Amino acid sequence: MSASRRRFLKELGCITLGAGAGIPLLDPDLTPWAPYPQGEGADAAAGTRQWAMVVDTEKCLRPEVRAACVEACNREHNVPRIPDAEEEVHWIWSEPYEHVLPDQVHAHTAPELKDAPVLVLCNHCTEPACVKVCPTGATWKRESDGIVMMDMHRCIGCRYCMAACPYGSRSFNWRDPRPWVETEANGKPVSDYPTRTKGVVEKCTFCAERLRTGRPPACVEAANLVPGGEGALVFGDVSDPESEVSRVLREKNTVCRRVGLGTGPNVFYVVPTAVPTAAGEGRA
Amino acid sequence: MSDRPRIVAGLGLFLVLAAYPVWSALASTGDPSPPVLARAQDSAGCVEDTLYMAAHHADVLNAWRTSVVRDGERFYTSTAGRQWEMSLTGTCLQCHDDSQAFCERCHTYAQVELTCWGCHVAPEGQGAEP
Amino acid sequence: MIQNVFSGSKRYWAILAAWAVLVAVGAAAYSVQFTDGLTVTGMSRDVSWGLYIAQFTFMVGIAASAVMVVLPYYLHDYKAFGRTVILGEFLAVSAVLVCMLFIFVDMGQPRRIVNVFLHPRPSSPMFWDSVVLFGYLILNLVIATVTIEAERQEAPPPRWVRPLIYLSIPWAVSIHTVTAFLYAGLGARPFWMTAILAPRFLASAFASGPSLLILLALIVRRFGGFDVGHKAVRTLATIVTYAMVINVFFVLVELFTALYSAIPHDVDTFAYLFTGLEGHSALTAWTWVGDGLAVVCTVLLVVPAVRRQERFLVPLCAGVIMALWIEKGLALVVAGFIPSPLGMVTEYAPTVPEVLITVGVYAVGGFVLTALYKVVLSVRGRLQSA
Repeated sequence: MSASRRRFLKELGCITLGAGAGIPLLDPDLTPWAPYPQGEGADAAAGTRQWAMVVDTEKCLRPEVRAACVEACNREHNVPRIPDAEEEVHWIWSEPYEHVLPDQVHAHTAPELKDAPVLVLCNHCTEPACVKVCPTGATWKRESDGIVMMDMHRCIGCRYCMAACPYGSRSFNWRDPRPWVETEANGKPVSDYPTRTKGVVEKCTFCAERLRTGRPPACVEAANLVPGGEGALVFGDVSDPESEVSRVLREKNTVCRRVGLGTGPNVFYVVPTAVPTAAGEGRA
Repeated sequence: MSDRPRIVAGLGLFLVLAAYPVWSALASTGDPSPPVLARAQDSAGCVEDTLYMAAHHADVLNAWRTSVVRDGERFYTSTAGRQWEMSLTGTCLQCHDDSQAFCERCHTYAQVELTCWGCHVAPEGQGAEP
Repeated sequence: MIQNVFSGSKRYWAILAAWAVLVAVGAAAYSVQFTDGLTVTGMSRDVSWGLYIAQFTFMVGIAASAVMVVLPYYLHDYKAFGRTVILGEFLAVSAVLVCMLFIFVDMGQPRRIVNVFLHPRPSSPMFWDSVVLFGYLILNLVIATVTIEAERQEAPPPRWVRPLIYLSIPWAVSIHTVTAFLYAGLGARPFWMTAILAPRFLASAFASGPSLLILLALIVRRFGGFDVGHKAVRTLATIVTYAMVINVFFVLVELFTALYSAIPHDVDTFAYLFTGLEGHSALTAWTWVGDGLAVVCTVLLVVPAVRRQERFLVPLCAGVIMALWIEKGLALVVAGFIPSPLGMVTEYAPTVPEVLITVGVYAVGGFVLTALYKVVLSVRGRLQSA
């Protein structure tokens, strides 16, 4: 190659690299295109609130309570029912006690307790491992309310968060979930909630869209409507000493999952006071 | 130069490929003129004026999403001073309630891919496509 | 210099065509995955990383191993590596490309992959891995092309390339350390959360990379008339031997810590790999074959009389690569997910589309490597005949 053609190519390469380095300027978060002002008003809860949940394991032994919670969440959020067990999507579901709280189980724990079904969901940890590892910030811990949130638009589907979560709370959309979302008679999904697309990770978000309008999470509301299920799930702000959640945590013996890992989960379990009399039903 | 025919042929091929948007649009059977859309239901108007929304609705939606999901804000005050809840389903789709009659027509004309309905529930039961 | 890629013997074009066919097959399989989603793979909610990320991990090691020729030659003036360095650097370039492609095909939303750079998150090792891999690719490309161009003009390379070469030495170590950090900081995965993971990665990299380099050097000598010299091959073999000894030692150390402490969550994954867990034993045969091969090859390589003979060196290097591929490219990533955080054993086996895509990505690397090595052969060939 002649010297001038080579120089041209080199300069072209440098220009491209330089221009490419300017790509981050396209981030709308950096350069707002709209001349009109963004959303105004102070953050609804400008202080630092931490939403938390206390699960009463004994009340949740009742299958109708657990089923109501799971159904309400699945319907509210258009969670797909994938037939292949390996590709299931769970936001809230049941697992046996010995897998949920393995540190509470020993060689002589009664089998009825080991098998007892316990509701599990994202713990919205204080030091979430998933948030640390996400390379794009598609999941993060909101300062205003402590919810570990998901941004489905930013998720690249790398599934690092799934590897990092010590609780198995996250699910990936291996396929397009829409065909497996429950629909009404007219073919529309039962809820207006966006159904997510293939290639993104999803999990419980403590019903952030409901909390925004002052309503409790769907599972909490559903449990309270089941006879015998009132107070099965207690939800509130754990940083507020007067909240019901804080009161329950002061009065009852609670544990959380894998506390030794230092993630600081905000879902607490009231330990059963006795071994369940009937064997649990397994997963809901 | 013995390379000339090859160079000319290569350049010609490149021009044909580069002009793909032009000739594929000309060859399509769609209506060549931009669609005229019926006014949405709320006669009080959209969040901002029509011309602005037509050009910037994607940016508005992205900004709204960031505000709601990341900043925890709920309400947006338009330049006209009216307060709106920042929600695609709760605000926009309440008036623009037919994606085929409204969204699809301009997007087909402009050949801009609509990826919204892969996740968001398209109004009027349309858009089950991923 | 680049025009050497476009002229070559029939055999050269046949090799490129063969790679291209495999790339096309992989691309066709990928288009199915792009449309249907990652459901076409064998990954699951419990085992959410599989063949792609495992290959990425293995190939980062190959890419990092270039430092094993760069360091002696540039830092310690080990002249015997004079003709090997360029082969090592170009191998690093194609290996990094393959790594990036494996990440790309593993993404659920590959169109958004630029988000990693648009919204950087310094707390994420994956963000840093992208940065260092890109940097390493550019570093090696610049170094390799500048040095081969200088050689073509029979002049010493420009002085500004020296600091880049020195930079590439710790950078090579860093790419594999950061990749190890992807795994080693996760409290959720006790099989990975061990301080020795980064040293293990480096040891296996410095065994598998030079092994591959030996095989490639012998191939270009046989078919391209480019001889790196017997001393270079012997030194590389010595490097492989030391690295394998350290590697085997590290594995034994890991086994001791897990088995002696007998802590269940440390033992479980090793039990799954070596004996099977709860009736699931898909990886036990692989594990025993891989580890057996590693020990046998190491013992044989230690014997100088064996190591010095190239007719033994070829199968031994192939054995080393095979053993370490099983360890990193199959067992390590998959077994980290078994058992799951909820105590379940879900096994993993790659599907046909997954294997085809993997083959296609490797073929891209082979294609690029062939083209780059062709440049080396042409430049050196012209110099030798001049």
